[in-house]
Amino acid sequence: MTLARHLAAALAAAAVIAALSVQLGSYRDYQMAEVAAYVVAVAGLTVLIGLSGQISIGHGAFMAVGGYGGALLLIHLNWPPELVFGGSVVIAALGGAVFGVAAARLRGPYLAGATLMLAVALPTVAGQYTGVFGGDQGLSVSISAPAFLGATFPPARWLAWVTCGTALIALVLLANLGRSRVGRNWRAVRDDEVAAALSGLNVARLQILAFVVSAACAGLGGALLAVVSGIVAPGAYTLTLSIGLLTAAVLGGLGSLLGAVWGSLVLVLVPSYLTNLAASHGLSGAASSSVPVAAYGVVLITVMLAFPAGIQGGLRRLFGPAAPATALPIKALRRRRSASAHQEEGTT
Amino acid sequence: MRSSRRTRRAHLAAVAAIAAVAMTAAACGSSGKSGSSGALIASAPGITAKQILIGSHQPLTGVAAPGYDEIAPASNAYFQYVNAHGGIYGRKIVYRYLNDQYDPTITSTDVHQLVLQDNVYAIFNGLGTPTHLAVVKYLNSSKVPDVFVASGCECWNSPGSYPETFGWQLDYVREGKLLGNYVEQHFKGDKIGYFYQDDEFGQDGVKGLNYEIPKSQVVASESYNPAVTNVAPQVTALKAAGAQVVVAFSVPAFTALLRLNSLKLNFSPQLVVSDVGSDPITLAGLLESFAKQGGATVSGNALTQGIITDGYLPSLGDASNSWIKLFTKLRSQYLSKLPLDGNVAYGLAAAYTFVQAMFKAGRNPTRQDLINAINGGLPQGVSVAPYAYSPTNHNGITGGYMAVIKNGALSPVGPVQVTDISPTGSITTFAGSQPSAPASGIPSP
Repeated sequence: MTLARHLAAALAAAAVIAALSVQLGSYRDYQMAEVAAYVVAVAGLTVLIGLSGQISIGHGAFMAVGGYGGALLLIHLNWPPELVFGGSVVIAALGGAVFGVAAARLRGPYLAGATLMLAVALPTVAGQYTGVFGGDQGLSVSISAPAFLGATFPPARWLAWVTCGTALIALVLLANLGRSRVGRNWRAVRDDEVAAALSGLNVARLQILAFVVSAACAGLGGALLAVVSGIVAPGAYTLTLSIGLLTAAVLGGLGSLLGAVWGSLVLVLVPSYLTNLAASHGLSGAASSSVPVAAYGVVLITVMLAFPAGIQGGLRRLFGPAAPATALPIKALRRRRSASAHQEEGTT
Repeated sequence: MRSSRRTRRAHLAAVAAIAAVAMTAAACGSSGKSGSSGALIASAPGITAKQILIGSHQPLTGVAAPGYDEIAPASNAYFQYVNAHGGIYGRKIVYRYLNDQYDPTITSTDVHQLVLQDNVYAIFNGLGTPTHLAVVKYLNSSKVPDVFVASGCECWNSPGSYPETFGWQLDYVREGKLLGNYVEQHFKGDKIGYFYQDDEFGQDGVKGLNYEIPKSQVVASESYNPAVTNVAPQVTALKAAGAQVVVAFSVPAFTALLRLNSLKLNFSPQLVVSDVGSDPITLAGLLESFAKQGGATVSGNALTQGIITDGYLPSLGDASNSWIKLFTKLRSQYLSKLPLDGNVAYGLAAAYTFVQAMFKAGRNPTRQDLINAINGGLPQGVSVAPYAYSPTNHNGITGGYMAVIKNGALSPVGPVQVTDISPTGSITTFAGSQPSAPASGIPSP
């Protein structure tokens, strides 16, 4: 039943996206593709933090793993896009498994520190093996629309279709996983590790699994973003990206997949909108490039003050039934002892 | 929302302009594309009867911003000047440069926005090798002119696969050959060390150096990663190898780090630095601020004194040069907040070249007209050596002069030399001379 409901929602979303991609201009299509790539990565992160209770400040590194993995498969083996994306998922999941083993032993700030290190260190590997990774220039990646769509089919629309389609598939899978036994076990571990262990759950294995799933999503997001931006390069996977993903997950509402969509929309659209706004008000280049950074901070603070449970939590409070807010407030980042009000936490 | 309304208005204007021209053409019976009269029409995306919209991606914040963030404002200043003095056949240039923070993903977003949403006519002077590589395929498949990329990478010279892309500044291979040739002649038998950035910039430069300097003379070849600011190991290795001359293909921050680390190790080789990393004003500022962070006080000008480098634009120290007079005038009118340093000169010079190309492209140019205009060759102007542009060569400036930094300015020490990018191509003294700047400051159509 749940699967059917999620599939129906995904199909409806696909229809809306298809209509929008035809209606809106090419640049909006490009932005949709960008949002979709971020959605996948943010969704993985929100599952990790919101459901399993682990934190990662270094998910940009897993995007890099997926991006480079995908690029190498595309360049050297000429795999078709769907296989490339699958390959990125596998490669990033392996990375996540290795790191997850270490992560399962770490708590709170120590885990945050370890993931932070990953985000800082990993991109420099590309500079060490320039023959494979292309050094600072990176590798260029591109896919083209299939021939049957005709030569005049806008490339940006094809990008939007591919990325949004992939993102929807990933979201359906994640939603089901969150509703399954695995998802319930994750929540149990998140809310009280000791109680979960007493109930017979293998805490470490569940935490590693969460890291694997989350890294796989980040890897897929990385591969999608590589295809969208046309390049994988160390400069694209800075700490800023990792922090941006975390911001989007918190802003959207931790643990909520729809929240990941809201967060990604903010991540992509707000800076671009603010830059345009600043430029159209006659601010000089230098000023208009600093304003969005400051305004972005203001947006962040405002949203968190108004909706401590993120955008999705806020929407539910405003429009939803009089149920308790289901997206997690930010204090879920700290470990909690009470497992009471979260039995019914949704993943949609 | 704002912008889509704006685009719609632009479309309406375009339709109106086309209708007006159609009527004029019907009335007169002729409407020459490149004639001196006839109505201005919306002949290409980004071109209306009133303006030419061009775009760029630039690092306005972030690691690459110090110094490089002056380039686009300087180019824009020149466009303002041209606009105030008649524009390009009456059209004003609108220069929209977006901040990419030197991050290739953002570059890609910026360029898609400029091309798809803002409908720019061309991308001008997009800055950086890794950043611009992210968009070069897209621009070429979309047939958007991609002119005068702000990077000396050889990769822009690929007319077969990138017909829309043109380099501009002296490329790093040619520059390496010029520096190598000078070192080979003036430091015969000395031990030579290389210090270079481990990417296309440094590697192309070393390629050029190796074409000229005998292998037996090179005692150490040390590269650095721009993300790692500790270069003490490299400098120690250069010292241990006994290098008497160090040739550096480094960005300004790393030239400063090389200089300060040498000072600390009491190592004083003759420094030979590529143009990219040797702008005396930028360098002196960096030296002083880095030393201050380390708790020391140094004189930037004293530390840059005697560095050998090269230049492909007239020396900023030559106050009697007509181009420097023009630059000084433009800076005081439009850029009073910035010093007249190498970056400002670079931005002004690149913009001048673009205006040359636009005048040559004709009165109502299509995008292809601009490409054809540059492929047909541009007359030498603001650079000391001619351009290489032809249908089969998309490199820009073909040579420069050797110089020594004296009191914070480049002092030329030899004639202008030109060369090519081949291992055996000879280095010859440029027989011609640089034309002086037009009195109006604007190239003639």
